[in-house]
Amino acid sequence: MPNSPFFLDFEKPLIEMEERIAALKKFTEEKNMDFSDEIARLEERACKLGEEIFGNLTRWQRVQLARHPKRPFALDYIKLIFHDFIELHGDRHFRDDPAIIGGIAGLDGRPVTVIGQQKGRDTKENIARNFGMPHPEGYRKALRLMKQADKFGRPIICIVDTPAAYPGIGAEERGQAIAIAENLKEMTKLSVPVIVVVTGEGGSGGALGIALGNVVLMLENSIYSVCPPESCAAIIWKDGTLAEKAAEELKLTAQDLLKFKVTDEIIKEPLGGAHRNYTETAVRIKEALLRHLQQLSEMTGEELVRERYNKFRNMGEFFEGEGGG
Amino acid sequence: MAFKDLFRSKPRYVTVDLSTKKKEIPEALWTKCPICGQMLYAKELANNLYICMKCSYHFRIDAKSRISQLVDEGTFIEFDAELQSKNPLNFKGYEEKLSKAQKVSGLKDAMISGEGMIYGRPAVIGVIDFNFMGGSMGSVVGEKVVRSIERSIEKELPLIIVSGGGGGARMQEGILSLMQMAKTSAAVARLSEARLLYISILTDPTMGGIFASFASLGDINIAEPGAVIGFAGPRVIEQTREKLPTGFQTAEFLLEHGMIDMVVHRKNLKKTLKKILEFHPKNHCVEDIDSHGLPSPNALK
Repeated sequence: MPNSPFFLDFEKPLIEMEERIAALKKFTEEKNMDFSDEIARLEERACKLGEEIFGNLTRWQRVQLARHPKRPFALDYIKLIFHDFIELHGDRHFRDDPAIIGGIAGLDGRPVTVIGQQKGRDTKENIARNFGMPHPEGYRKALRLMKQADKFGRPIICIVDTPAAYPGIGAEERGQAIAIAENLKEMTKLSVPVIVVVTGEGGSGGALGIALGNVVLMLENSIYSVCPPESCAAIIWKDGTLAEKAAEELKLTAQDLLKFKVTDEIIKEPLGGAHRNYTETAVRIKEALLRHLQQLSEMTGEELVRERYNKFRNMGEFFEGEGGG
Repeated sequence: MAFKDLFRSKPRYVTVDLSTKKKEIPEALWTKCPICGQMLYAKELANNLYICMKCSYHFRIDAKSRISQLVDEGTFIEFDAELQSKNPLNFKGYEEKLSKAQKVSGLKDAMISGEGMIYGRPAVIGVIDFNFMGGSMGSVVGEKVVRSIERSIEKELPLIIVSGGGGGARMQEGILSLMQMAKTSAAVARLSEARLLYISILTDPTMGGIFASFASLGDINIAEPGAVIGFAGPRVIEQTREKLPTGFQTAEFLLEHGMIDMVVHRKNLKKTLKKILEFHPKNHCVEDIDSHGLPSPNALK
């Protein structure tokens, strides 16, 4: 069962040990016997085991953590990081897309606009939220809220977590590509700070459509890629099962992206991944948000626009002139 | 005239090297139309701008042929021809793919950009070539698009980009390819703020990351008949178990759904560009604009 809904293969030894510890503790309480030495020993072993497993993750393991069904999603973070969130709905043209949520919230007393891609926690919610895969109206809603934020001088926080922009007939009919392109074009003009946090899956254009930020942060086990490793494998080696290999080739982890300067900072996750401690993860994200917001707040609108433009203008690597190989 | 004569050489710039790809006409004397099955005499097909004489199917054409069809003879000057892809991800097999594509296409990467005249009106022109790795966008294509836009702004010239076979973001450059979408779209925003005209011409196929960035952001979006244009590939969409409607993701489908301004037959493309350019006089025709830089009432007389 490589994709158990509850834990990943490589998490299993740690979870089993934790279960043993919990059982022993319960037993201690019930029978009023002292196993504290044994418990301490096991806890130390669990801690080491955790460091062994999570200190040296392969890219594919990080992909699996980024997609972990128990991972905190945008609404979880909004609840833990912001206060007084008011959700705003709809693109004013076609419908409200539940795969992208957005609204006004307070960040330590400061009004901000929060936008995020939202996956479902169970099958029913996943169907409603289309597994976090937005339609064009989702991107248009996001843009509407960003322009609103710009108008009222509110900083914008975008939480990125989507497998992809939805590849369906309706999405094509309503201009999925154009909606994303328009967002990219318009986001360069926003004169308020835009901070992006990739918390889970940064799925290609679907992620980028809300990710043109002054600052792009990534959680330690999040990914951001030009295409899913499965599709990459299918296209290049005509074999979708070579996803693990494709994940290595695509260099899609936060650590890779820091080297390419596509992300500005990695936010460390609690041992074992964000899903093992929502509160601690949220605390760390909040700290980074406040710190970057403080810095960006010192810039004028013009500076914010210019810096954001230059950041993306300079992305890419190529040879120029005769030295080319 | 020789095809070579189309390109005026100027020492400051690298001109298109035609020596590696002299044959415009395929070696085979006959080409079969993939749509109607008609056997077409290759020379005649070339003279007909690579449009099937029977059913009007528009064959894919390479960037050089496209430029020769759109730009006044001898006026095209290529820019940034020396840009070449790196392998920033150390993606296995990418260097081999690049050198193979360079041999097949005679290009350094998937785009030719430069400046030329269309019926005597100057414009910055970029053309993407399907023969180079499916016309996909990596760092070089992204950079060339942005430099074309920067040149348009600097010289106050209109911009025309033919996404002739834009296959999307180039996988082998990973996240850097994805970022070219942001980079090119941001540059289009600047072009727009400079109030300069951008005509995007979408030809078969324009997909994924290219369509979801600069290619869909034209002031005027024009597509060639029958061109396949879309965000996701049809095979991906079929996986959602939706039955694809007939004509799905064709130029005509996009026109019907309001995504493009017009579908223009290849034979009328240059004339259409001429008309549009005439409606957008800018510094190159000083007498046509008023003191605010806007068209004077007599601009078209």
